[in-house]
Order: sequence, then structure tokens, then C-alpha cells
Amino acid sequence: MAIEVRIPTILRTYTGGAKSVEGSGATVGELLADIDERHPGLSDRIADGASLRRFVNVYLNDEDVRFLGGLRTPVRDGDTVTVLPAVAGG
Amino acid sequence: MRYDSLLDSLGNTPLVGLPRLSPQPDVRLWAKLEDRNPTGSVKDRAALYMIEQAEKDGLLTPGATILEPTSGNTGISLAMVARLRGYRLVCVMPENTSQERRDILAMWGAEVISSPAAGGSNEAVRMAKEIAAANPSWAMLYQYGNEANVRAHYETTGPELLADLPGITHFVAGLGTTGTLMGVGRYLRERVPGVAIVAAEPRYGELVYGLRNVDEGFVPELYDESVLTTRFSVSSADALRRTRELLRTEGIFAGISTGCALHAALAVAAKAAAAGQRADIAFVVADGGWKYLSTGAYGGTLEEAERRLDGQLWA
Repeated sequence: MAIEVRIPTILRTYTGGAKSVEGSGATVGELLADIDERHPGLSDRIADGASLRRFVNVYLNDEDVRFLGGLRTPVRDGDTVTVLPAVAGG
Repeated sequence: MRYDSLLDSLGNTPLVGLPRLSPQPDVRLWAKLEDRNPTGSVKDRAALYMIEQAEKDGLLTPGATILEPTSGNTGISLAMVARLRGYRLVCVMPENTSQERRDILAMWGAEVISSPAAGGSNEAVRMAKEIAAANPSWAMLYQYGNEANVRAHYETTGPELLADLPGITHFVAGLGTTGTLMGVGRYLRERVPGVAIVAAEPRYGELVYGLRNVDEGFVPELYDESVLTTRFSVSSADALRRTRELLRTEGIFAGISTGCALHAALAVAAKAAAAGQRADIAFVVADGGWKYLSTGAYGGTLEEAERRLDGQLWA
């Protein structure tokens, strides 16, 4: 088992076009570091050091990780992490 | 009930219980029927407040032109108020929005400028800002950054909810301009210790996220993360499924963004039930289903409906 990370269209240049990649780690931050080893540069587009970039949202099983613990949010095998750019509604 | 005019009838919408969808007697769901407003959506509240504030500020004089980026409902509400007050309205609307919205805007006399489908409302906002810069005499109310949008909900929706449901434990609404969540959220937080404010954000098809890079995303100026307890991303499939479930089990014919809010409300309800906690969860029915009939949301299988909705701005 691993953790699935869904990648938005605009970041698929880092994943060879793949819509999702798999990784492992105990937290969202560790997971991003792990997938960055196989997809260099991807993590930096999502997080800037210790915090998420302003116009990027990351969801753990559909819940925004900013309300769960940010990059320190715990993750487990079988979870799904979704990365999306922030868009307007209304 | 009798009112002096249509605008006077705005707000004071019903809050109805959902006995069949509520998981148990002490974990209850309540629907705030915002489709019972003059043009049939929650946006009537913000539209009236924004126009009245602009009038007070001297930005709108008789015959003035209002410009607004909108995916539909705000434009329709503004069009109604503008018609009654004698203003011209120009809406910048993404082309991937339902035909009904365009027809209704035209009916109330609004002019529509289409923005490209790719990028969704982000593109509409960007185009509207360009048009505003080129037409300095036009008044852009700008729902994403206009405090009157939040104030409408702080002064009307919030007090209505607390009066009807003094034991409210959770408030759930769709996240668009963030006006409803910020206004109701602040009002309830000041008065109800421990109340949870939950955002349900639509997750559209990939086309809508077609930005050139992640630095071109958009966060409404009104958004204040500290007002929220949590925020859910709800897929088109889940929103559609819940929209149909609400119709089937409780008889409420709502738009697709209501299914989005209901999905989050049911998640919160299940959590409370599992933890053995009492809960009174109010969520917003932002509009009725009429404007979405042409999207095919209500007919055929869910898979077919989801395919038809892919790439559409359904909230």
C-alpha cells in the first residue's frame, strides 16, 4: 500500500503527464519530499519551505490540510492526497 | 406575508428540517432555503447590500453602468436590482456556464461578455478588471472583495439562522466568494461558543483549473481562513449524487452547489453521530434546480450526468 497523490494538469510537467503518483511518509511534508525524489521540483511548486504556497490547496481525503495541521498533517497508507490550484467561485 | 415591494421581501427564508437524511434524533440537518429569494438564489442578499452601499458611497448615480464578474447567480440578482433602480449591468461570465443563466440575465436586461472556459471564474475576474480599467466611469462592485457582501450575511442570514436554531452547532455552506461563510461565520462565532463553520468547495473538471501556472490562482480578498473550522473539496460526482438524494428523500429540488454543501453536512453529521455528540447542522440551499435542467444533472445515470457536467461551472 502507498499514498496516492493526485496532480493537477499544470503540474504534470513534473510527473511525465501522470495524473497521480504514489509516495510514502508519515506526514504530508514527508510525502511531498518522497515524491520529489522521483519528480524533482514538484514539491517546490506546492510548498515553500515549511508552508503551502498561497494559491495551492492540498486536500487529505477531500479535507483541506490547512485545517488539519498543514505540512505536519499525519497521513497513512490508503489515503488520497489531492493537489489543486485555488480558483474563484461565485 | 405582505411586503411593500419585491426587494422588501428579500431574506427571512425558511429553515426546514431533514428528518429522513438526519442520522439520528439528536443529530439533525436543517436546510436554509435561499431559493425562496426574489430571483431564486442566496445572491440576492449580497447584490442588494452591494448596490445600496455603492449608492451611499456615491459610486452609483442614475443611469450608471455596473460591471461584475460572475458565474451567474450574482449577475442575475444584480440584474434584478439594477432594473428596479435604473442602472445598466454588464456581466463578465465564463462561457462554460448553463444556458439558463444567460437567458435569465438577458431577460432582466443585463449584457453578457463571455470569458474563456479554461480558467473558469479566474479568467472572468481578470477580464473584468481589464474592462474596469478601460472604463473608469463604470462601477465594478466586485463581490470577491466587497465587504457589503459579507455584511449582508452578518446582518441578515446569520441572525435568521440563530433565531430559528438557537442550538446550532454547525454551519455549512458552499465556498465561492466566501461572503456567506465569512458573514454568517463571524456572526455565529461571536454568539455561539464552539460553533463549527464548515466550507464546501466545488471540485470541478480539469478544464476549470487550466491556469498557466500555480502563481495565477485566486483567493478572494474577503477570505479569512480563521473564520472556518474546516474546508472540504467536493467532487462533481458527490455533489450530483447528493443533489439527487435531497430530491428523492426530502423532496427538495435544489441546484448542484447545494449537493456540494449537503455532502459536507452529511460528513459532519456522521462524525458527530459516531462521537455520540448532539448536533444541529444548518446548511445553505443556494438555489433551486431550475437553472441546471439543461446540464442533464437530474436525468439518466450518475455517470452520464457527471460526464455531461465535466468542464462546467456548476456552482
